[in-house]
Amino acid sequence: MSTNVQQAAVQEILDGMKTMPGALLPILHEVQHTLGFIPADCVPAIAEALNLSRAEVHGVISFYHHFRSEPAGKHVVQICRAEACQAVGAKALEAHVQTSLDVSTGDTTADRNLTVEPVYCLGNCACGPSVQIGEDIYARVTPERFDALMADLDINGGAE
Amino acid sequence: MVTVYVPRDTTACALGADAVAAAIAAEAASRNIDIELVRNGSRGLFWLETLVEVETPAGRMAYGPVNASDVAGLFDAGFYEGKQDSTLSWGPTEDIPYLKNQLRVNFARAGIIDPLSIDAYKAHGGYAGLTCALAMEAQVIVDEVKASGLRGRGGAAFPAGIKWQTVLDTPSEQKYIVCNADEGDSGTFADRLLMEADPFQLIEGMTIAGLGVGATQGYIYLRSEYPKAHDVLKTALANAYGAGYLGSDIAGSGKRFDLEVRLGAGAYICGEETSLLDSLEGKRGLVRAKPPLPAIVGLFGKPTVINNVLTLATVSAIFEKGADFYKGLGTGRSLGTLPMQLAGNIKRGGIVELAFGSTLRELMEDFGGGTASGRPMKAVQVGGPLGAYLPESEWDIVLDYEAFAAAKAMLGHGGVVVFDDSVDMLEQARFAMEFCAVESCGKCTPCRIGSIRGVEVIDKIRGSDGDERQRDDNLILLEELCDTMEFGSLCAMGGLTPFPVRSAVKHFPEDFGA
Repeated sequence: MSTNVQQAAVQEILDGMKTMPGALLPILHEVQHTLGFIPADCVPAIAEALNLSRAEVHGVISFYHHFRSEPAGKHVVQICRAEACQAVGAKALEAHVQTSLDVSTGDTTADRNLTVEPVYCLGNCACGPSVQIGEDIYARVTPERFDALMADLDINGGAE
Repeated sequence: MVTVYVPRDTTACALGADAVAAAIAAEAASRNIDIELVRNGSRGLFWLETLVEVETPAGRMAYGPVNASDVAGLFDAGFYEGKQDSTLSWGPTEDIPYLKNQLRVNFARAGIIDPLSIDAYKAHGGYAGLTCALAMEAQVIVDEVKASGLRGRGGAAFPAGIKWQTVLDTPSEQKYIVCNADEGDSGTFADRLLMEADPFQLIEGMTIAGLGVGATQGYIYLRSEYPKAHDVLKTALANAYGAGYLGSDIAGSGKRFDLEVRLGAGAYICGEETSLLDSLEGKRGLVRAKPPLPAIVGLFGKPTVINNVLTLATVSAIFEKGADFYKGLGTGRSLGTLPMQLAGNIKRGGIVELAFGSTLRELMEDFGGGTASGRPMKAVQVGGPLGAYLPESEWDIVLDYEAFAAAKAMLGHGGVVVFDDSVDMLEQARFAMEFCAVESCGKCTPCRIGSIRGVEVIDKIRGSDGDERQRDDNLILLEELCDTMEFGSLCAMGGLTPFPVRSAVKHFPEDFGA
């Protein structure tokens, strides 16, 4: 997507939402939902529409784990690191994911197919380890089940 | 026509409920069996998910845990007629001991109704509380909440009625009701299940809160990690507007209450109430110094009731059944019920709503059935990442806010995370500090820097490798660091992180090289 198209999309979002009380988070969610990330060169337009400084907008984007300033891979895999999942093998799962996909948590694979991220709790704590792929959450994910889910992604082109 | 229920909540779907529902629909069609498939919320018996239920003249019959591959066999065994010939049969759902032995107030409707149907909600007692509240003066509403003894269920357990009174007494042309649905504690999912299984209970409770304190606008601040709860809430809010239970003329009363759901963005600290308010205002989620209290200077500087999901939802039950009913449950100053959440390495995980006063051991053994791995339990963390780790000698503790405080522990939001004997408690203490470092808002030094130093000190203890002097010196340093964080931090994030750390050192010294 070209920068012009991105900026037009952001402007449309701003026109529709800028008068909401506390509009910045809803706008950032909408931009990320539309473009997949929040491009740095859209920050000035957002700041101007909300009468904020660019630093303030950048500060908000970088404060929240959910917002990304760079595009993610085609699929985003989130692995829960919190205590309830630790108690049933989340650390071993994360190690398996890093080894089998040759990627560190927080990074994207070289072919840009997968971004692997940590997440602190998906609210599925009675049936961990929990993994989210795209919009879908999976329970009791053993290393074997993870491999099966990945194979499924390759065949079907997505869990979404 | 047979009614078949297949849950739609996050955990059921994570265990394949959508595939089960599709298989049931396909199998029924191919066998020419006329069924109505209802996607209910979950009963919260997550160890039995996917729990399929069938409506029969003798009540609802349960089958679980069902996988899509089990569906043809269930049809062969006549489950759609309520027959009990399958190995997955549990008989009447209400007779399953895990459910039968609970006392459900918040979760009375969960898993029974279609969560998006206002008619089903009303048929099970919904909106009776709002009808009562609409006939009351604001002060009478607040007095009723005070009389119920309801305390905040988010963790701090502050009396809800007192908070509401402050907002009612503070004059302002605009006031707000904010629901804290940023349920970030690991091991907790009660808010999520309530929103996914019975969202109108929360919407009704917030509407009553608005009437009670004179607020016309509410916000539900929902964590972004709960996409299914978000979908359910958005539809439920639209349905409530459509039925006239939200908007400018609530249930024909001429009174106004508007309600909107807003998404967080993956910051644990935004579960802290003042940080949440900053986030709702569109800022970084920085903790505010108190005073001023949010009840006086809250969202956009206006008087604001900010309560947890369960607190606000409970209000609808209090107005439906009366304050006397609610305060008749529980023990001491912990009145009513608390939905506990069994999680981690546990055989039968799920929601267990009980009146305050049973013991942790009863909960873990009678309901939980021990560990999932079959190994002995070693430690239990109650109350989320900021809660203490308890060893077996402490498991007879009574589930009651004061009893936990006396034991230097925290009941918090009711999460119980069980670990078996393979857990390394030094590693858990290190994680507590590491989590604090990742999630600190950064405003105060003890939390922002202390947590990073905490990780380093714990690494030195681990690296002492038989050098007792190095180990002991660093244990003293860790203790002093915990003091600094506990007494010097602005909020509970830095202030309570020492709880899991100290409890791990105290109760499991062998993991720290002793």
